[in-house]
Amino acid sequence: MNGPHASAPPLLDELVRLAPPGARAAGPVTVLKETRVLVVRVGDVVVKAHPPETDEAGLRARLAAVRRLPEIMLTPLALHRLDGDPPHGGRLVTIWPAGVPLTPDDLDGTGPGPHDGGGTPWEKGGRLLARLHAHAPPAGLPPAGGPARVARAVAGLAEVDAPARVLAPIREAYAALPRGPGRSPRLTHGDWHLGQLVVHRGRWLLIDPDDLGVGDPAWDLARPAAWFAAGLLEPATWERLLSAYLAAGGTAVSVRDPWRELDAPARALTIQLAATAVATAARAGEPLDDVAAAMLSSCERIAAAGR
Amino acid sequence: MECPKCRGNMRTYERNGVHIEQCDNCRGIFLDHGELEALTRLESQWAQQNYAPPPPAPGGPAWGAPHHGHYGHRRQRSWVGMLFSS
Repeated sequence: MNGPHASAPPLLDELVRLAPPGARAAGPVTVLKETRVLVVRVGDVVVKAHPPETDEAGLRARLAAVRRLPEIMLTPLALHRLDGDPPHGGRLVTIWPAGVPLTPDDLDGTGPGPHDGGGTPWEKGGRLLARLHAHAPPAGLPPAGGPARVARAVAGLAEVDAPARVLAPIREAYAALPRGPGRSPRLTHGDWHLGQLVVHRGRWLLIDPDDLGVGDPAWDLARPAAWFAAGLLEPATWERLLSAYLAAGGTAVSVRDPWRELDAPARALTIQLAATAVATAARAGEPLDDVAAAMLSSCERIAAAGR
Repeated sequence: MECPKCRGNMRTYERNGVHIEQCDNCRGIFLDHGELEALTRLESQWAQQNYAPPPPAPGGPAWGAPHHGHYGHRRQRSWVGMLFSS
């Protein structure tokens, strides 16, 4: 227990303290994620400490945008800034209603997860993205965070002890990426994957506005596009996502040639996924697994295509 | 022949083997039995020659892996993890 002279309580305790008293009575405390962010479930709410460098005005603009999309994104309950000194003082914390997250068992429709109407999670995700992209970005919304994530992942390789044959193709593919603003800036999620889908009150919604912003909406499809191009995602599954997106009026890619818009962002996401996988393996002192090797092979082909 | 609409004089034309009666007065056109079908057939032949269907959309990027879906059905732990994380 913390005595009067103890150092600052752990961040986890600070987050639990911020949860409404009723939430604490409603259930146990579970750590959901501990990376650059700390996400804790406390009863029927989720409390999230955003990365220390998070810009408050930017986060406020993102949360305001989310509040205007209650049919598409989970609505936050509150925003706080932790009192006191660093390391925790100053951290921005948001509180959310706890949704039911998607699990791997939901992917083939056999899991116990919630289902509202037809379609797999891929189709639901595609439809939600199409509806998100139909909205004009509100004034003052920061750029979407996708491109910065790629840059961060590649910069992180500087601290990775890995052979040149592993690092060089990632860096070469990155150097050949087109720079400058993407086309037709829209409201984009910025970090879409299946972990960003929850069910709340019977409705599927997107979560996590940390990278929400103005950007090229094709980036939201670029991660599954990269999985598909690496040979990891089955063509039928990729088609399911893309068809649902297009059928719901999604405009990020053209019906006739979706890869015209997807090629550059899918290359960027391939580089990000490869860099992240290589760094994770190096930190753990383990060899690259099949998935990391597949992303690295993609980088080698991208680099070769650019020569 | 008299125009059934304005009683004007109908003149007969032949276009690619299709007989067409056109009224000199109101410019209305009369088609005999089967002539509309003949015109439709001619039009679709012309369209096929002149508007070749677009090439099928490329199913992936030039740098894509040769064998798609190789790991997809295996439920590899790291692969499933990647589907759900940033």
